[in-house]
Amino acid sequence: MKMKLQDHMLVPKHELLSKEEAEEVLKVLNVRKEQLPKIRADDPIAKEIGAKPGDIVRIVRDSPTAGKSVVYRLVI
Amino acid sequence: MVYEDVVDPYPFPESLRKEILNELEKIKPTKKIAKKIVEKCYQAYLSNLVEPGEAAGIVAAQSIGEPGTQMTMRTFHYAGVAEINVTLGLPRLIEILDVRKNPSTPMMTIRLTEEYAKDRNKAKEVANRIEATYITDIADVATDIRNMRIVITPDERALERKGFSFDELKKKIEKGLKTEVVEEGRKLVVQIAEPSFKTLMDTFEKLRKLVLMGIKEIRRVIIRKEGEEYVLYTEGSNLKKVMKIKGVDFSRTTTNNIYEIYEVLGIEAARSALIREAISTLEEQGLEVDLRHLMLVADVMTVDGELKQVGRHGVAGEKQSILARAAFEMTVNNLLEAAVRGDIDNLSGITENIIVGQPIRLGTGDVELIAKINMGGDNK
Repeated sequence: MKMKLQDHMLVPKHELLSKEEAEEVLKVLNVRKEQLPKIRADDPIAKEIGAKPGDIVRIVRDSPTAGKSVVYRLVI
Repeated sequence: MVYEDVVDPYPFPESLRKEILNELEKIKPTKKIAKKIVEKCYQAYLSNLVEPGEAAGIVAAQSIGEPGTQMTMRTFHYAGVAEINVTLGLPRLIEILDVRKNPSTPMMTIRLTEEYAKDRNKAKEVANRIEATYITDIADVATDIRNMRIVITPDERALERKGFSFDELKKKIEKGLKTEVVEEGRKLVVQIAEPSFKTLMDTFEKLRKLVLMGIKEIRRVIIRKEGEEYVLYTEGSNLKKVMKIKGVDFSRTTTNNIYEIYEVLGIEAARSALIREAISTLEEQGLEVDLRHLMLVADVMTVDGELKQVGRHGVAGEKQSILARAAFEMTVNNLLEAAVRGDIDNLSGITENIIVGQPIRLGTGDVELIAKINMGGDNK
């Protein structure tokens, strides 16, 4: 059985953004790519979703204060 | 759920949106009044947001620091959780923020898959697969110096308890020591080829340290019933190996070693683990710290994609300002070294600017006026 690390209760949902989505996100947030928090390309979850350096990952966390919180990380 | 189209145009956080919808559902106002209510809610929401330029980090530091002083006075020792000793209180909090690779008391909480969780014997089976078993746990080992050999007398009951057969034991030892093991009745004999006392003792040591079953790092496993299911608590931790053991529900298995979580499950999992460990340490001491402060700290520790420690010098690797460092500790040394190296201080932080008597870049000091001056020559 292949384990999916993303199923672990400590890991929030990660999804890889397409080029268009990534641009849209940067425009809405009004930031440059480099200003986003980072995630390493050798991060186990980044590897699992096949993220390459320069990609942007959307992370949907379950937040105890806001219910759901969406953050973005730049793959480095 | 007719109010959704009234609420949804506003960018409320998910939990707030639900709450407003629930309240509206209770009082059932007309659309027009509902819109007014939601508008008011939105105003209240905006005014409660942290303002740009607010020194959120300082507030977080103070909010965690003040209760921390009470912690020092009350605890500096250990308390038992499920018969396992775990570091608590201030030492534990420091450990969490320092991101120690080897915390003083690593511990795992292992939950089992449905099939194993209900039955105590099945749970025991999994526990046996996880707990490190050494030869001394299941057998008597003696050296026979006259005949240059080691005699192993297995304890039949211990063997049965561990679910281990005699042949298996023989094979394991043969594999571990890479020598032949001879059966003598219900005893096992390891004969040393060359007659040297040192080889005998070396082999004996090797045999004692041989992990026959289980995972080396896990020294003890305790089975506890929680509600309907059996849960395993361990002393020692190795998330990567335990996750692969049959019968373990890996998605609900955790460790208190945050660095291990970072390595196995990535930066986001490490962030959630940091928050969870910190808040549970504080809560266990009866201290109430708002979660948002800890979330901020965890965010700062994980922004760069790797776990960074925070200590009294701030987040590791930051604070390049010489003046700020000199104002904190070892003033002369810091200034002297900086002078020797010819360092430059950009005066970008708070401390530096206070020292030189400039407005600090915080709150209202963070905004600057930008005027577009018409440099063209058309209208004067």
